[in-house]
Amino acid sequence: MSETATGFKSLSSRTYVMAQENIDTDQIIPARFLTTTSRQGLGAVVFHDWRYESAGAVKEDEPLNSLDVTAHRILVAGRNFGCGSSREHAPWALADFGFQAVISSEIADIFRSNAAKNGILPIVAPKAAHDWLLAHDDVEVTIDLDAQRVDLGNGPSFEFDIEPFAKHCLMEGVDPLGFLMARMDDIAQFEAARS
Amino acid sequence: MSPKSLFEKVWDAHQVVGETPDAPAVLYIDLHLVHEVTSPQAFAVLNERGLKVRRPERTLATMDHSTPTLDFAPGETPPYVNEAARKQVETLEVNTAAHGVQLLGWNSDNRGVVHVIGPELGATQPGMTIVCGDSHTATHGAFGALAFGIGTTEVSHVLATQCLLQRKPKSMRVTLRGRAPANVSAKDMVLAVIAKLGVDGGTGSVIEYAGEAIEALDMEGRMTVCNMSIEAGARAGMIAPDELTFAYLKGRERAPQGAAWDAAVAHWRTLKSDDGAQFDKEVVIDATTLKPMLTWGTAPDTGIAVDAAVPAARHASDTKAAQYMGVTPGESLQGLKVNQVFVGSCTNGRLSDLRAAAEVLRGRKVADDVRMLIVPGSKSVRDAAEAEGLHDVFQAAGAQWRQPGCSMCIAMNGDRGEPGELIVSTSNRNFEGRQGPGARTVLASPAMAAAAAVAGAIIDPQTLSEAAHV
Ligand code: SF4
Repeated sequence: MSETATGFKSLSSRTYVMAQENIDTDQIIPARFLTTTSRQGLGAVVFHDWRYESAGAVKEDEPLNSLDVTAHRILVAGRNFGCGSSREHAPWALADFGFQAVISSEIADIFRSNAAKNGILPIVAPKAAHDWLLAHDDVEVTIDLDAQRVDLGNGPSFEFDIEPFAKHCLMEGVDPLGFLMARMDDIAQFEAARS
Repeated sequence: MSPKSLFEKVWDAHQVVGETPDAPAVLYIDLHLVHEVTSPQAFAVLNERGLKVRRPERTLATMDHSTPTLDFAPGETPPYVNEAARKQVETLEVNTAAHGVQLLGWNSDNRGVVHVIGPELGATQPGMTIVCGDSHTATHGAFGALAFGIGTTEVSHVLATQCLLQRKPKSMRVTLRGRAPANVSAKDMVLAVIAKLGVDGGTGSVIEYAGEAIEALDMEGRMTVCNMSIEAGARAGMIAPDELTFAYLKGRERAPQGAAWDAAVAHWRTLKSDDGAQFDKEVVIDATTLKPMLTWGTAPDTGIAVDAAVPAARHASDTKAAQYMGVTPGESLQGLKVNQVFVGSCTNGRLSDLRAAAEVLRGRKVADDVRMLIVPGSKSVRDAAEAEGLHDVFQAAGAQWRQPGCSMCIAMNGDRGEPGELIVSTSNRNFEGRQGPGARTVLASPAMAAAAAVAGAIIDPQTLSEAAHV
């Protein structure tokens, strides 16, 4: 799953829960790792300061360090995930680490927009379903993007909203830059009318 | 015609193609600000696809985040924190040169933090749409521009097309009724607004700030307020332009001149919310009761009045934050030992902020075990501060007077706190580790920060001045 892949139709995987509220982009990827000029390889530093001591040693008690992400593609986070900076390094790092969807009761604007562009499906869940997910770590979840539905098995399954264009781009692997480039005549006319 | 808000007027004037249920609007961008951290991957997209920057003259680049604030001799390599930082800055130099984009680089007298230099140059103007790969872009909204942060993929879109795909945000008006007391700065006001709204209270919205207390602020204070809109989750913050706005811009390098100036001002005067304009949400705050503010926690909405106690925990996150910060619910922050003090950033790194800090520091000393960094927001701010001798005040007090940049606001250039250290900072984010792994941040105004530096502990600046007069 990536911006240029053929598309995201559905996903079945287990959840990994981070119940903390307001997980900001400085937690997802601390600023000192932003000196990169590439978008690759940032999974190594995702949640760095949660995973490593300041001297660099691995924190043994941090569950992320032993997570089998290939079986846990769905991150369930406390309210207001992704607040803070506009750094697209946050979804790059999450995607590179292996997450493919984030579910929270609220997701910060810029992060939400950045995530959808990088193959991470941002899902805002109703409170009841979110509370249930927070209380049940490591459950099997199926996301059907076309039907905009999340199946929680024994839990309260729910439907979610997604901006229709973001959905279209995710499902069809459409590149928004190509969409904009195709409107170049309109853009040129707009510029001409203003000058 | 139905009444429109300021935001709607600017939005409507920039729609190239209106939004439909299937697709967002194509929004034209008047000014695109670029810095070294969020642009390399965007230029890479252009280079991979053989695209050019569509409007280099509407694109302005600076370097601020990864740049050292230490002095270095002309001709020497700047003392970068590491190779990656050097490479990032040099990549920006290469990219801007290849695409014909103006870069305010090492040799420019206008280099500085991206949100400080736009207004200084007069590049930021009322009614514009302004974007930057940076969440504090809302700063420019102080001039009545619609200014917001975007991700790097969107940076590539604007570089290539001068446009963005956007859904129209919701609108909110925050009115600060009455005049704020004299010891309440713009920073205190915005910390109070964020405490009221919560870190997600503005999500999906453009906030218009209004009311007597806002109108009474100078342009630098208005920038401080709009700057922190994102800390309430908002896309942007705006303030209707007025005579103060026009006076600030007149004669600046990139502002319109001559007949074009008169025409621009005539247009700018129409940029205010009409009577009866509708907002999705209205919030009113009584400015007359505001006090100097400080944050106690690890999110910017944890501001409390300087004489208030840390509130009881509302949820587990509060308990965790109090533990991290080493503060106790029910107790005051005053007396808390301070290790470092940072005055700077796009929130409080302008001349009026440095003056406020200097006023407290004049004739006083920074406490022995406190390190104080004063980092001007731009080279122009630095030059202006030196012209009035502020650097002498800082250095006599024992503070470090640095070259411009983001510095300890984001702590990616080597300027940072150590694990466990408490930093009183005039910047905008107190997230865990924002100023270095394990470092603790208390957000405050320049006056409050300077008082803490002198006392070596958190203190009400008022108390400090009384002590000095004994
Ligand atoms: S000063 Fe801080 S908030 Fe402002 S642009 Fe720099 S890092 Fe971002």
